[in-house]
Amino acid sequence: MKNKEKKFLSAVKSDTFMYTMLAILMGLLVGAVIITISGYNPVEAYSTMLKGIFSKPKYMARTIIRSTPLILTGLSVAFAFRTGLFNIGVEGQFIIGALVASLLGYFLDLPAIIHIPIVFLGATIAAALWGAIAGYLKARFGVHEVIATIMLNWIALYTSNYIITMEGVKKPGTESTYDILESARITITGFRHVVGPARIHWGTLIAIIIAIIVSYILFKTTIGYELRAVGYNKDAAKYGGINVNKNMILAMAIAGALGGAAGALNIMGEGYHVSVLAATEGYGFNGIAVALIGNNSPLGVVLSAFLFGGITFGGMRMQQLGIPTEVINIVIGSIVFFIATYRIFEYTKKYFKKKKLQKEVK
Amino acid sequence: MELRDLAIILGTTLMYCTPLIYGALAGVFSENSGVVNIGIEGMMTIGAFAGTASGFLLQEAFGNVWWVPLLGFIIAGIAGGLFGLLHAVASVTFKADQVISGIAINFLGGGVGIFLARRIFASTTTPALPLESKISRPLHGLLKDSPILASVFDQFSTVYFAFFLVALSWYVLYRTKLGLRIRAVGEHPKAADTLGINVYKIRYFSVILSGILAGFGGASLSMAIVANFRPTLISGQGFIALAAMIFGKWKPQGALVACLLFGATTAIQIYLGGTEAGAGISTHLLSMIPYVVTIFVLIGFGGKTSAPAASGAAYEKDER
Repeated sequence: MKNKEKKFLSAVKSDTFMYTMLAILMGLLVGAVIITISGYNPVEAYSTMLKGIFSKPKYMARTIIRSTPLILTGLSVAFAFRTGLFNIGVEGQFIIGALVASLLGYFLDLPAIIHIPIVFLGATIAAALWGAIAGYLKARFGVHEVIATIMLNWIALYTSNYIITMEGVKKPGTESTYDILESARITITGFRHVVGPARIHWGTLIAIIIAIIVSYILFKTTIGYELRAVGYNKDAAKYGGINVNKNMILAMAIAGALGGAAGALNIMGEGYHVSVLAATEGYGFNGIAVALIGNNSPLGVVLSAFLFGGITFGGMRMQQLGIPTEVINIVIGSIVFFIATYRIFEYTKKYFKKKKLQKEVK
Repeated sequence: MELRDLAIILGTTLMYCTPLIYGALAGVFSENSGVVNIGIEGMMTIGAFAGTASGFLLQEAFGNVWWVPLLGFIIAGIAGGLFGLLHAVASVTFKADQVISGIAINFLGGGVGIFLARRIFASTTTPALPLESKISRPLHGLLKDSPILASVFDQFSTVYFAFFLVALSWYVLYRTKLGLRIRAVGEHPKAADTLGINVYKIRYFSVILSGILAGFGGASLSMAIVANFRPTLISGQGFIALAAMIFGKWKPQGALVACLLFGATTAIQIYLGGTEAGAGISTHLLSMIPYVVTIFVLIGFGGKTSAPAASGAAYEKDER
């Protein structure tokens, strides 16, 4: 126990953690400056944001609902990053996961105890295969995964649109599929008197468990070791007898599965159907930001997903004061920017240390 | 298919590849100097906003003057350049992870653009530019007698400027001292430094130029093809441009070919969607064509990539 406590303390005291906290603070500060320049009161703005997250159980529920897919999309990006791949394809993997979940959820008629796992696994496997395409293209043909995943995002979007609009799939009079059957839903209905119509669901818990599993795979298993070795130094890994190509495909498949799980849980817990989309919705890009703020570690990603979900959901309340909610994107952009330029803090620290030393000498 | 149809497809190709060309050239300069630029999307977004917003406001202040669209276009470049500067500060001075910085630029570009749109116009979209304040079509009217030539060449001046920039970029990169320096800094910064080239200065220059080009790219869409800015205007264009640059093996001429291919497949898709040939095929399936073709071409023509050796790595002067 003592040992664990120590480990936790050293993690909190680590530079990376401190720099992340500072980056978040600086991001909020940039937001405050912009709000002030625009002629509003930043204290009022941020307290409105906090109230929008914490003041009512239903707000908190909504924040958690909003954060859930971010945990998994963030994990997906972080996992790929760890293995040396840049997964811009979460968007597409999310779409495939959501699509397959809504199809299996509507067309299969099974008791919940079988239906739920089948829908979830089916969607996740489909998205894993979708992700693996990019890994295969890179391993076999050397196609840059950034190009492949960008193209696959759009192909996923149009595939989804095409299938949604097929006869029998599309609910007449709408641009969406039918709602999935009750037996495929994972919404928690017991707290309606507290959280109102907000659809809290088991997906949040599942996402956190998946984060723990991913952490275990990455840091405690041989597969994880090999994947990280490839990410750390491809050539050294190859020299060490690791099959780089196989690992690349596996890494993209796992990343795809995580992205797909996000889409599936979203449908099973909250959305119940998928709709025709004109453009991608940004789950993938938010996932990248979440992964970066969470320093690509599974625990960091979970925390960062809640932070991200909180400030985007709570931040929408600022509209009541007349403040454009896009200020939230500026805050998030600034946080990511300060994470990238963490050396600013390093330099400042060095500067003050030097000053202090000079003072002591005098 | 008749000649007329071919002409329409060619014309549409030119129109659709133009924003991509600017974006891809933006990538070419940045990455050849050794700085990865994932932020082209955000830079194009801010350019698209700055161009239409300033074009609209200038038109209100000065009326229909010939220099209004020109100045708007330049302001778009400056806006993009400022975000380029931000990327340079992060990735050159503070040796940031360039991918992370680029992602930040994407959030900031979109955030700032839409934020300002709401502050200035009380809407996420800018008002429509009047026809006179849109980018001009220099050959409009001259090709009256030949509808076929008109379908191909009656383009916005931004289209011609994009092709000119490709040639200029090729010349600068491969035939001038500056270009040699940019490439040297991207291939082997240490060696370049030893020869007395200021690595930081060259990278600052290239990344800011990259921002300016991306800003132009955004404006070439918002001030010409459409006449206003809206949040979904640049949905993925920057990333497709980036893909085109990688596809074109980090070279201006290669990027041009990639953009033309993408423009052509888009044009064919639009053509099929509007004629009997494509009737009965779902528009969703047609929309997929450019992306599927790109992947197959990459497989066929060897996707083996050849990025500048130092691309993505920050340069530390005192490192050994």
